[in-house]
Amino acid sequence: MSVLEIKDLHVSVETDQGTKQILRGVNLTINEGEIHAIMGPNGSGKSTLAYTIAGHPKYHVESGSVLLDGAEVLTMTVDARARAGLFLAMQYPVEIPGVTVTNFLRTAKTAIEGEAPPIRTWIKDVRQAMTNLRMDKTFAERNVNEGFSGGEKKRNEILQLELLGPKFAVLDETDSGLDVDALKIVSEGVNRAKANTGLGLLLITHYTRILRYIHPDFVHVFVNGRIAEQGGPELADRLEDEGYDRFLVPSVVG
Amino acid sequence: MSAASALSQSASKTVPASPAPAAGSSALPTGQHGIKEHSDGRFGYVPVQTRSDRFKSVSVADFEAVTGREAVWKHSPVAKFTDLTGGELDGSRYPIESTPASDISVEWVPRTDARIGTAGLPEERAAANAWGVFDEALAITVSGEEAKEITVTRSTLGNSARGAHTVIEAKPFSQATVILHNTGDARLSENVEIILGESANLTVVSLQEWNDSAVHLANHFASIGRDARLKHVVVSLGGSIVRVNPSVRLAGPGSDTLLLGLYFADAGQHLEQQVYVFHDAPKSRSRVNYKGALQGQDARTVWIGDVLIGNTAAGTDSYEQNRNLVLSEGTRADSIPNLEIETGDIVGAGHASATGRFDDEQLFYLQARGITEEEARRLVVRGFLTEVVQQIGSPELEARLQLAIEAELTGTDVK
Repeated sequence: MSVLEIKDLHVSVETDQGTKQILRGVNLTINEGEIHAIMGPNGSGKSTLAYTIAGHPKYHVESGSVLLDGAEVLTMTVDARARAGLFLAMQYPVEIPGVTVTNFLRTAKTAIEGEAPPIRTWIKDVRQAMTNLRMDKTFAERNVNEGFSGGEKKRNEILQLELLGPKFAVLDETDSGLDVDALKIVSEGVNRAKANTGLGLLLITHYTRILRYIHPDFVHVFVNGRIAEQGGPELADRLEDEGYDRFLVPSVVG
Repeated sequence: MSAASALSQSASKTVPASPAPAAGSSALPTGQHGIKEHSDGRFGYVPVQTRSDRFKSVSVADFEAVTGREAVWKHSPVAKFTDLTGGELDGSRYPIESTPASDISVEWVPRTDARIGTAGLPEERAAANAWGVFDEALAITVSGEEAKEITVTRSTLGNSARGAHTVIEAKPFSQATVILHNTGDARLSENVEIILGESANLTVVSLQEWNDSAVHLANHFASIGRDARLKHVVVSLGGSIVRVNPSVRLAGPGSDTLLLGLYFADAGQHLEQQVYVFHDAPKSRSRVNYKGALQGQDARTVWIGDVLIGNTAAGTDSYEQNRNLVLSEGTRADSIPNLEIETGDIVGAGHASATGRFDDEQLFYLQARGITEEEARRLVVRGFLTEVVQQIGSPELEARLQLAIEAELTGTDVK
């Protein structure tokens, strides 16, 4: 059974105004098969947590550790983290001109598995996954994210999640910018991936909307760079009613 | 300033700072509404207004010494090839190797060959210098309606300054792919004339894989007859300074051209192409697509794309684009599209140009999917350049070029 442990994580970024502390001691343990929702107001550091786990060079880890089955993730390169079983579905996926979705998926799958996937089953898998996500066949020959709408980009992220089969996936505001139909399709994809591979999920969101379709086991409220409160799904309902106001009062110094 | 020679077509010779002989001189371009001499005493000087009005001559003496300020030279390191723009050139025969192909003849022909000068004439000094010296021209003549391919290789031009002339003729209804493969050392200025008869279908590939110190200045002049189709491909990978400037005149109704370019400039390399498409007949069609990558200190590329749609060219359709991918610091890519339209009756005319950096966020995205940094860089560059390679239409050459691009990517530090 796999486990992802985040221990006393402190992270800063360089800004024009100097070094800015963003994460101030995050502790979180996710077991395989669990869904953790991280909710919080804008600027609380949710996305920083996601990108730090994935290894974006912009974020500097001051202290703490992230362990995947006991192995330190923070010393790994970005690609090594992915090969170890981590996945980040990005809020704003970038365009890769000249690289088709087909080519990209095969290259990524080959990198993660260490060998090229058998061609016949692979093509079938890709087609099936695209059909499930209501993606038109023509997507396969388009360049990655080039000219994709917001919803298409998010579906493309979930397509990768389903095909690459990570142990843990961080979904960074995957629900933002989606209409309700797209939200359902994307949520179905996430639930399908979990049912198929039993992965652990860290679902980062500002709104409770997506939690109607992806049911979390745990909800954590993220405020001012650390977890301010945690609980079960009922905490999400409470946030839906009350908003984040009660958490924001003590943090005005930040 | 000597008088233009018999072959020159002096529509409007641009002579800055030199007074015209008389007011109301012939230096004025004609046929364009509103162009007339100012009364402010500038001696009747008007810059060339229309691309087709550029001064042309086969005599080097008709061009002033190159300073590097001229429109056609201002992006080039002219001090590094004064031997080609002004010096004595060796115009003798040189060794070639050609692959066997039926219905394609490869031979040396005298300067008096009737085809010489029919596709175009020099518009700058290096081209005129080469035109003046060649003893014989290399003539590649294509006949026969079946598709076929020939590769003509030059590999032993050596380090002395040379001038050369090539004529490629596709007879009416003939079809072929002609690959001009350039390797080894060279200091070469040359003119290549490409003549397509009615309904001919010709692909010409000029492949530059010179040694690191080579300097190559080429002007290709193409004239495309009625319903004929020319695919012209410039691939510049090796050489110190490589400047291949294709000028294509769509001379017959229904003529069609696809001009492709692919270049990869490493540290210190200067790769330039000035592309000119002249729609001079109705229903003619052109597509221009040049793509380049730059990597390393002082890697330099220049692309100028001129399209002129003449008033004779109703119902034409044209589009040109240039894309550059900058892979490291210290590089420079110039990209200058120009579009000139003299008739309102066209199907389409457009241009696009973009020069972009390799994006760190792209790299992060690919790496976050398990792809190593090195592989991620290659994936992006390969994808970028492959678009052009796939359009060449010669499977063998395409495979070779994929390998050559691969070598470019691995041969140097991909950072």
